[in-house]
Amino acid sequence: MIKTESFYDTPSPAGLTGIRAWLLTHDHKRLGLMYMWAILFWFVIAMLCGLLLRTELMSQGKTIMGPELYNSLFTLHGVIMVFLFVIPAIPAIFGNFFLPIQLGTDDVFFPRLNLFSWYLFMFGGLLALISLFSGEGFPDTGWTFYVPFSVEVNTNVSLTVMAAFTLGMSSMLTGLNFITTFHRMRDKQMGLMQIPLFTWSLYATAWVQILATPVISITLVLVVVERLFSVGLFDPDKGGDPILYQHLFWMYSHPAVYIMILPGMGVISEIIPVFSRKSIFGYKAIVWSSMGIAVAGSLVWAHHMYTSGMSDVSVFFFSLLTFLVAIPSAVKVFSWVATMYKGSIEMTPPLLLSLIFIYLFSIGGLTGLVLGAVGPDIHVHDTHFVVSHFHFVMFGGTGFAFFAALHFWWPKMFGIMYDFKKAYIGSILTAIGFLFHYIPMFILGMQGMPRRYYDYLPKYETGNFLAGFGAYLLCIGILIMFANLFMSFRQREPASSNPWGGTTLEWTVPSPPPLHNFVDKPQVMEFPYDFSEIAAQVKRGER
Amino acid sequence: MDSQENNHILSYTKLAIILGILLILTGITVAVSYRDLGFFNVPMALAIACTKVTFVLLFFMHLKYEGPIINLSFIGTISFLFIMIGFTFWDVAFR
Repeated sequence: MIKTESFYDTPSPAGLTGIRAWLLTHDHKRLGLMYMWAILFWFVIAMLCGLLLRTELMSQGKTIMGPELYNSLFTLHGVIMVFLFVIPAIPAIFGNFFLPIQLGTDDVFFPRLNLFSWYLFMFGGLLALISLFSGEGFPDTGWTFYVPFSVEVNTNVSLTVMAAFTLGMSSMLTGLNFITTFHRMRDKQMGLMQIPLFTWSLYATAWVQILATPVISITLVLVVVERLFSVGLFDPDKGGDPILYQHLFWMYSHPAVYIMILPGMGVISEIIPVFSRKSIFGYKAIVWSSMGIAVAGSLVWAHHMYTSGMSDVSVFFFSLLTFLVAIPSAVKVFSWVATMYKGSIEMTPPLLLSLIFIYLFSIGGLTGLVLGAVGPDIHVHDTHFVVSHFHFVMFGGTGFAFFAALHFWWPKMFGIMYDFKKAYIGSILTAIGFLFHYIPMFILGMQGMPRRYYDYLPKYETGNFLAGFGAYLLCIGILIMFANLFMSFRQREPASSNPWGGTTLEWTVPSPPPLHNFVDKPQVMEFPYDFSEIAAQVKRGER
Repeated sequence: MDSQENNHILSYTKLAIILGILLILTGITVAVSYRDLGFFNVPMALAIACTKVTFVLLFFMHLKYEGPIINLSFIGTISFLFIMIGFTFWDVAFR
């Protein structure tokens, strides 16, 4: 067999060497990896901010920092996690790397635009960093930048807001690239119902990115305009409306939740059938549920505003719509579970992480119904309950899907395999830490402890201590997971082109793939999750 | 693949006709502004503006010659905008 040179050995454009081969690359795979290192850096920073916050809250009164620093830290934690990790993580890393391969093509439709998106992402991150150490100090508005506080406060809000604006542009351009690639570049033999579910989820996500992101971009610019010129758009004294800001903010930021979770659901839809050796249950239902979530998720933004002074009619209406989103989400969860039913399950780290995802995401989704109903929401609004619900969906959901994707596609991206035992230990410790961390927050919220408070009443001390303990377990688990993956670079145990027995096109190309992805013409299957050949290989003892 | 590689170059004559229609509609907008139509002042102005926009989209922006994907994308975008603005105004109306 002729050895194919991987994309690591073949720069694009040709002739570039060293660091220039990366910084000027048009190759979607190199860009995916460049995003990966940048995003992992931000993730670790934001995780440390979160750990410091929970350490501060482990005991009453001042523990390790004062209230001003605490306010800034939760702002930083939120802004970095949301804009620099959760939103871009799966689309920018795994979408860039695998969407063209799953579609049977050699790159995205606009490779140079793809590189430009990466530079915008880096520039946005740089602006966020500069905003910390310039002006009148750390921004302390929370990641929501609510007016009137964000307009009146002296801290460096304008630059942080412009960082989010720049990151939004990067996100939009990536979405545009994916939609165009989906329609214009996919293999001619590949019909719409032959496209892998991960790519479908990215397609649905890309639409939300394109349609919703401009709204937040404009809104953030308006905040800067207000700070500079005091026009009064959100100031009742000048005829403005502060609730208008909340509408505009959540018009993006609620759909953004689906920008965050949909790609994660796509990852799980890839992993579950592979390790069940069974065709995915309800392929079309999952495709339509992705599009359904994208549409329904864009209509429910004001459920964040039940207590803000919005009209009762709107409160009723948005509550009703919110419950609709549960339907397509449940379609996915039931389909994953039904796929595993009577499957030939092979336990691996990606599958374990996917199972943890399903469990945690289900809790996150169900507690979302508590918040979607107006009565209970008024009781727990702006409490730790909301914080816990949000993290169950965003971290228990997207975070664990991200870890699962890392473990699933690591052998393909780098051509090497990692140690399973350490991966299991890291995953389980992360999951246990997660539950210790967030379950007490549900209880604290029900008891009435508000979010974003620096100090609290004595009755909340046990819960906060437990949550802090969980945070340390969680971080240790994540560090073990990452250390294990990085150790694989030293051990360099080679991975075959299809180590898991996958059926989508990325498993038909070498690990790591060559520059143009396919050595031969891609063979598009009638149905992307047909495991009959893999099952036959298992039966013959070849796998 | 669901898009076709069609090149559709509009003739100068056709473009000039569309331009003429747009200028006439602009004239009508100005003329109507001098008449008091009562409740219909705003609906009339919006109707003329929408007609003009339709001409621009169909001919200058080539939507008339595009496949269903581009048209659906456009309709989706407009619907999204309509819902965003509509729902927000709805809230204000019932406060």
